[in-house]
Amino acid sequence: MKPEESATTGADLLVKALIDEEVEVVFGYPGGAVLPIYDSLFKQNRLRHILVRHEQAAVHAAEGYARSTGKVGVVLVTSGPGATNAVTGLTDALMDSIPIVCLTGQVPTHMIGNDAFQEADTTGITRPCTKHNYLVKAVGDLARTVHEGFYVARSGRPGPVVIDLPKDVLMNKHDYVAPKMPVQHKSYRPQVKPELKKVEQAIEMIANAKRPIIYAGGGVINAGPRASKLLTQFTRLTGIPITNTLMGLGSFPASDKQFLGMLGMHGTYEANLAMYHCDVMINIGARFDDRITGKLAEFSPKSKKIHVDIDPSSINKSVRVDLPIIGDAGQVLDDMLRIWKAKQPKLDQKALKAWWAEIEKWRARDCLAYKQGKETIKPQFALERLYHHIKDKDHYITTEVGQHQMWAAQFLKFEQPNRWMTSGGLGTMGYGFPAAMGVQIAHPDALVIDVAGEASILMNIQELSTVAQYHLPVKIFVLNNHYMGMVRQWQELLHGGRYSESYSDSLPDFVKLAEAFGAVGLRTGDPSELDGVIKEMIKIKKPVIVDVLVDEKENCFPMIPSGAAHYDMLLGPEDKAAKPISEEGMVLV
Amino acid sequence: MQDIVSSHTISVLVDNEPGILARVVGLFSGRGYNIESLTVAETDAKERLSRITIVTKGTPMIIEQIKAQLDRLVPVHRVRDLTVEGPHIERELALVKVKSTGEKRVEALRLADVFRAKVIDAKTDSFVFEVTGSSDKVQTFVGLMESLGVVDIGRTGIVAMSRGGEPL
Ligand SMILES: Cc1cc2nc3c(=O)[nH]c(=O)nc-3n(C[C@H](O)[C@H](O)[C@H](O)COP(=O)(O)OP(=O)(O)OC[C@H]3O[C@@H](n4cnc5c(N)ncnc54)[C@H](O)[C@@H]3O)c2cc1C
Ligand SMILES: Cc1ncc(C[n+]2csc(CCOP(=O)(O)OP(=O)(O)O)c2C)c(N)n1
Ligand SMILES: [Mg+2]
Repeated sequence: MKPEESATTGADLLVKALIDEEVEVVFGYPGGAVLPIYDSLFKQNRLRHILVRHEQAAVHAAEGYARSTGKVGVVLVTSGPGATNAVTGLTDALMDSIPIVCLTGQVPTHMIGNDAFQEADTTGITRPCTKHNYLVKAVGDLARTVHEGFYVARSGRPGPVVIDLPKDVLMNKHDYVAPKMPVQHKSYRPQVKPELKKVEQAIEMIANAKRPIIYAGGGVINAGPRASKLLTQFTRLTGIPITNTLMGLGSFPASDKQFLGMLGMHGTYEANLAMYHCDVMINIGARFDDRITGKLAEFSPKSKKIHVDIDPSSINKSVRVDLPIIGDAGQVLDDMLRIWKAKQPKLDQKALKAWWAEIEKWRARDCLAYKQGKETIKPQFALERLYHHIKDKDHYITTEVGQHQMWAAQFLKFEQPNRWMTSGGLGTMGYGFPAAMGVQIAHPDALVIDVAGEASILMNIQELSTVAQYHLPVKIFVLNNHYMGMVRQWQELLHGGRYSESYSDSLPDFVKLAEAFGAVGLRTGDPSELDGVIKEMIKIKKPVIVDVLVDEKENCFPMIPSGAAHYDMLLGPEDKAAKPISEEGMVLV
Repeated sequence: MQDIVSSHTISVLVDNEPGILARVVGLFSGRGYNIESLTVAETDAKERLSRITIVTKGTPMIIEQIKAQLDRLVPVHRVRDLTVEGPHIERELALVKVKSTGEKRVEALRLADVFRAKVIDAKTDSFVFEVTGSSDKVQTFVGLMESLGVVDIGRTGIVAMSRGGEPL
């Protein structure tokens, strides 16, 4: 059969390839360059298309979908502005290692480079913000490229992949050849199985430790729910204290006594001091981010460090480690558990007991304490009450970026992986609401809540229209402090309380705003009403915005100011006067 | 010890596909690494592979990062640090155009002979010399020619290979 006789256009081929990749949902927004794809979508009913209201939101929705399911999230946008609008989302997915395939329209191949209408150098623009990208120049390459793209997005350290599709390629005809699975890539083959010898060495180091700590991050979530189970088993078997990064929350049950809470800039006193004083640190799937290490020269100076990571470039990037283990967190934990059980090493129980006693002293500081009065709602209180009402329900939490995000990390408890989606690496305001849509699409019956700030939520508020269209009962829980609180906190700390442009002026009436989109709006500023409002929010089977008016002055503690060491934590407002921020710290973000 | 900056010659085997050079160069500029020299050309037409030779500078930790970052680019097949992996040879080629007459012209020719540079173009008032060798040698030659009427210089940058029978 000659190509022109075969029935399949590039666009049809693309849809077939997506179905072969077991894609169920595509988040997208149409335009001239992708009309052939929209036509193919129209003619089938296997793929569901969710029409967002801004391409950035399409990517965040796909991220929420991906993070809550472990699958690859799929995005479809048009050329030019469609692609450039997606850039923030792609960068977000790159920083947080989220598997995304983003299909972008492109002008026809013969017009590329001519400044054609809605042309952008999409592969050029997205090269630094994707794990990999492709420009498909011939229809014969299309299906193979799509399958390769999915393989790259999900393998090794996951990340976003852009596939740029010129319009002529979408309209030309070619036969579809189903891919051979799994894809055999000629150059990209990340190492997932660790070197056994190294795992044995790690077990030996752990067995001889007197003050060990496990520091587990997003890589454990990336490795799939089984890895979290193994991590939990290993931690309980050994009795070692454990802390999580922001991205790792849920990889170990937060209610467990061995859990020290989150570490880092807004982490707990006990977690940070334990990191500082430990003698063996077991980093599993975390990347020594600057929010964690604080002042590098004083980061856990007395410890031997084991680092389990699937990406060799994460090793020795900022912190030199003693024992790197390259491999998938799940596979490494498998080996660790097996070897531990076989060897049954004797941890020095006396030392471990003394270590725990010290940790308990730090824990007794109760660093997250706050004072809830009768007048105004403290944001921490709002989250504690929220958690009280949702903890027995099947729930997922997303956040925007700011103080509310940190309080959510501190006060909501994550018992399972894949239940917590937040923008950690890029810190993208406007992430949480569209991410919640993606989660809700994947889990239609679950309670999905975006913990938001009044400033962040306005960054993708147009998505109220999307949740209305698809009847997504997403809940937006706004901790409205009338400030870009996180900015105000830094201005207070570093700039003499000159609150330059950080007041949230001219806010909409969130109740009316919700109503304008067919959602429900609730509001309270009264601590005694809070429980009732939360219960009502949960009861309503529609999208809801809850405008919780909280104490405008509250700051997020503990805090390790930028450039400071772990022991230099600010525990509350009284602390800041005593410890001026260093000049080196001032230039850091 | 850990902060000592040294120069490393790194060979990278990549798919010869559009954008690959931009990927590599973008990695260096985006992450603030140095490129002292970079050469690239297809070396295996059948498999469509190119070899990139990069000379870069950094502390041991940075060099390790550079290699890991290169290696995780999807179209990269292999990354080798020739500087740490045993003895290797480096060569560079330069074309040097000298415009002069009289004694200077004669002296240029004489020096070219000492450096085993070839004359590949000659006019009554100009020569183009081709010189190959280590970068040091090329640099010395170019330096000496400076006073003898150099008007144009083109250098390839370094290509390098390990000694002995092993391929990259
Ligand atoms: C306002 C704000 C404040 C913040 N404050 C804090 C804070 O106080 N504390 C905090 O922890 N974070 C904080 N963050 C988040 C912080 O910026 C980083 O995003 C986060 O710390 C990184 O988490 P991680 O180290 O777990 O790495 P991730 O970004 O999740 O990276 C995962 C690592 O695991 C590896 N990996 C991936 N897949 C696998 C696998 N299958 N097997 C093994 N390894 C794998 C990757 O290569 C990578 O090295 C804050 C963010 C914001 C926006
Ligand atoms: C897109 C984007 N722009 C700017 C910032 C810088 N920033 C970080 S937190 C923040 C304020 C967030 O305010 P709000 O959503 O009200 O949250 P709050 O801190 O008050 O809880 C800003 C502006 C950012 N993270 N993202
Ligand atoms: Mg706010």
